[in-house]
Amino acid sequence: MTLIEPLPEPILEPLADIGGPAQPLLDVKNLTKHFPVGGGFLAEKKTVRAVDDVSFSIAKGETVGIVGESGCGKSTTARLLMHLMPRNAGEILFDGETVGGTLGMRDFRRGMQMVFQDSYASLNPRLTIEDSIAFGPKVHGIADRDARALARELMDKVGLRPEVFANRYPHEVSGGQRQRVNIARALALKPRLVILDEAVSALDKSVEAQVLNLLTDLKREFGLTYLFISHDLNVVRYISDRVLVMYLGQVVELGPVDEVWDGPAHPYTRALLAAMPALDPDQRTQEPPITGDPPNPIDPPAGCRFHTRCSFFEPVCAEVCPALSPVAGGAHSAACHMVIPGSGHSRAPQSLAPKAGDIAGATP
Amino acid sequence: MSATSDAALQAAPVQKARGYWATVGRRFSRDKVSMVCAAVLLAIVLAAIFAPWLGLADPYQGSMIRRLRHIGTPGYLLGTDELGRDMLSRLIYGGRLSLLIGILPVVLAFGIGTSLGLLAGYLGGAVNTIIMRTIDVFYAFPSVLLAIAISGVLGAGVVNSIVSLTVVFVPQITRVAESVTTSVRNLDFVDAARASGAGAITIMRVHMLGNVLGPIFVYATGLISVSMILASGLSFLGLGTKPPEPEWGLMLNTLRTAIYVNPGVAALPGVMIFAVSICFNMLSDGLRSAMDIRN
Amino acid sequence: MNAPLVDIRDLTIRFTGERTVYAVNGVSLSLGEGEVLGLLGESGSGKSVTMRALMRLLPKKRTVISGSVAVAGQDVLAMDDATLSAFRGRTVSMIFQEPALALDPVYTIGQQIAESVKRHEGASHATATARALEMLELVRIPSAKRRLDAYPHEMSGGMRQRAMIALALACKPKILLADEPTTALDATVQIQILLLLRELQREMGMSVIFVTHDIGVAIEICDKVAVMYAGQIVETGTLGDIVRTPRHPYPQGLLASTVHGARRGARLQTIPGTPPSLDQAPAACSFAPRCAHAQQRCTERLPPDVELAPGRTVRCVLAENPVPAS
Repeated sequence: MTLIEPLPEPILEPLADIGGPAQPLLDVKNLTKHFPVGGGFLAEKKTVRAVDDVSFSIAKGETVGIVGESGCGKSTTARLLMHLMPRNAGEILFDGETVGGTLGMRDFRRGMQMVFQDSYASLNPRLTIEDSIAFGPKVHGIADRDARALARELMDKVGLRPEVFANRYPHEVSGGQRQRVNIARALALKPRLVILDEAVSALDKSVEAQVLNLLTDLKREFGLTYLFISHDLNVVRYISDRVLVMYLGQVVELGPVDEVWDGPAHPYTRALLAAMPALDPDQRTQEPPITGDPPNPIDPPAGCRFHTRCSFFEPVCAEVCPALSPVAGGAHSAACHMVIPGSGHSRAPQSLAPKAGDIAGATP
Repeated sequence: MSATSDAALQAAPVQKARGYWATVGRRFSRDKVSMVCAAVLLAIVLAAIFAPWLGLADPYQGSMIRRLRHIGTPGYLLGTDELGRDMLSRLIYGGRLSLLIGILPVVLAFGIGTSLGLLAGYLGGAVNTIIMRTIDVFYAFPSVLLAIAISGVLGAGVVNSIVSLTVVFVPQITRVAESVTTSVRNLDFVDAARASGAGAITIMRVHMLGNVLGPIFVYATGLISVSMILASGLSFLGLGTKPPEPEWGLMLNTLRTAIYVNPGVAALPGVMIFAVSICFNMLSDGLRSAMDIRN
Repeated sequence: MNAPLVDIRDLTIRFTGERTVYAVNGVSLSLGEGEVLGLLGESGSGKSVTMRALMRLLPKKRTVISGSVAVAGQDVLAMDDATLSAFRGRTVSMIFQEPALALDPVYTIGQQIAESVKRHEGASHATATARALEMLELVRIPSAKRRLDAYPHEMSGGMRQRAMIALALACKPKILLADEPTTALDATVQIQILLLLRELQREMGMSVIFVTHDIGVAIEICDKVAVMYAGQIVETGTLGDIVRTPRHPYPQGLLASTVHGARRGARLQTIPGTPPSLDQAPAACSFAPRCAHAQQRCTERLPPDVELAPGRTVRCVLAENPVPAS
């Protein structure tokens, strides 16, 4: 029996744009998450300041990258934004609305989705690929049959032939293919914002390029906004419009990707950029940009958290925590006493018009 | 052929793939040791169920003149017990009670323990604390002692034995279920399911159950042998079945006086308990490796 | 001209078991004294397996090895257990991706290094402990004296990796095998470890085989590079050869698909498809299904191993043409 039916009607409509183009899709204010650790019987209670007073926004259609090393709080930020864990403080506005305010949790879930780093752990090993993708729509009341049709359509969109892959289990496909499944699953609810948490980091280089191209295509086709979290600066530079550099739970630099790359204002950003292996055999790195490991996020240093590894350390750095301050105009800002006029650091700009060259020139 | 139009493809009925359990079944059936054990168990179970139709001697009918015949005596294939009752018949009839007391408590505890463990593991927090600390109280007592104590309070009898053994196994299964659930709960796919807006019940049903059931099932299978031995122990102490009911543990008890006269016959109920226990243990091992389909 | 320090000839490794995996298929490799060779490949390319064969670390029961592996004139595959344990650590030493797993959690760093020195050199306890301290200082562990008594879990990832390097180099091996030692580290720590290894290699004059999937890492440390794909070496050459003028389509594609320097929004060049499953011994070019230049003969028989210059080989029919493919 062959039934030829017309394509199903679009069943899950993307959430409507409420605030208009000027309203950021995501507005994060003073996001904070502290985990208590230890504190057993007689043991001293300590706090991991995983995310500390993080504020940023993402415009509609933009791709914002978050870079930083392990323990900098980038993955915790992702989970907080997804409302997968409670936050200690802060506000998350999705298109101007807060969850629990005018925006219901179920609608919010549809609006924001996430792709995880570990492609295997993020798929239920007992479900077929089709079942995994169709699960979300079914939760939102789509009939089984329509959800499956949607799943197959999305598999096609992410470059997996449904007739080959629909009934396979996660362990039967390669890492790159699994990550495509995860992307399809995230898209199944027609989200407006997709958080990609190290989504390409575990993939082989040749597969990584394929998935990055796919992400670019999907963004255009579905009008998506991305928050792209990665430790790989090359990838972040390639895909992001703006970038956020995090260190021990705080944003240390924020700005358009080219401005940050061409004139990094925070010493940590400079170190990160200098630590990238060169792709030219004649220009090998000669000196490590910074020494030591990132400190433990348990009870981080007071003042500027980077001061223990910074070569421009001055007493003020250990006392006062620098706020994010504009570097050159409004678009690019950094949390460093060297860019804050009158901060007390000897390299701080004297006037209110700092010259980025001063600081960049100070690098060895 | 494969170049069907999109519309046709979407209208086509979804083919069900060979599921996880089918794959496990296929791998399991290739395991020779497990298959032999399964066959032995099946034979014992079938014999016990169909015992009245097997043309066996009356298991209750004794005779003072043919007591403690040796194994292989014509007419008494496995000899006779201390009251002259046919051992073959009593062993087969005995399987009915012994298997019931061995398996039923584990089945009951599996249901209760899995539910408790799933709740504790998935919901965490206060629910976890209440369930797990209560469980810990039971852990303070050795399981044999606990079974004896409960049976002692409830009094002898088959039903009471089953109840007391269930109580003994619930904490053990709950603890395993909780730890398996906790480890699965921390996997990203559960977060992905939460991120899609699914409620706790849906997530437990669709995403957790299928992933935790396997390991708990394997553990529970292993408990059947323990249950058989504990049940026999209870009967041996007179807290389980009462004579003249044939039951392996009880038979072992009553035959112990004959151990110097006819050690072969006296050992037979023990051999049965041992055989069934080891078969269940082997099956549980086979199941464990069959379920690890990534190898 | 001496014989090379490491000489692998036609090494083939097959894992048996429920599934057969042809992990390494006819790898030939040589390494001279004081050279740093990068073994570059994606996951499943056989690079780590080749390394482990050099130290005979593969499970005996499930592995079928053929070919020859000679290190410093000794036949590694023919060694008995006693020779092997003297050989490991003394002639060849290895560092791994996860120092947390490679170090013993119940002994302090100092004890582990001293133990190795005592076992291999028969040194006294005092000498061995002195050597341990010297090694920790050599790998630039701050306040080394105090760190001697530290357990692995008390150290950060970068420090643990330094400690593992100290342990590996304690008996001054001729060859150091490094299996993705910086992959699990943060960027700012990775570069420190790479520079440290580069410096130690120069100071101690040892040879290094460095396994990595990251071409950037290879560029920072290697003199020569062998690119592996599906259990075979598809191209060898100096670092400059491989990075600037790769001749095999696989390294060409790999280099072209790097994100580094790609313009935002521009499409990345990719290698289509995925690596082959290794359940059969290769009978044709393994890369042919993904290759833009594949010809009929590529799918019919094994490609030739073309030697362009000493130490520069390409396993591809294209290399037979005199015209460079790029």
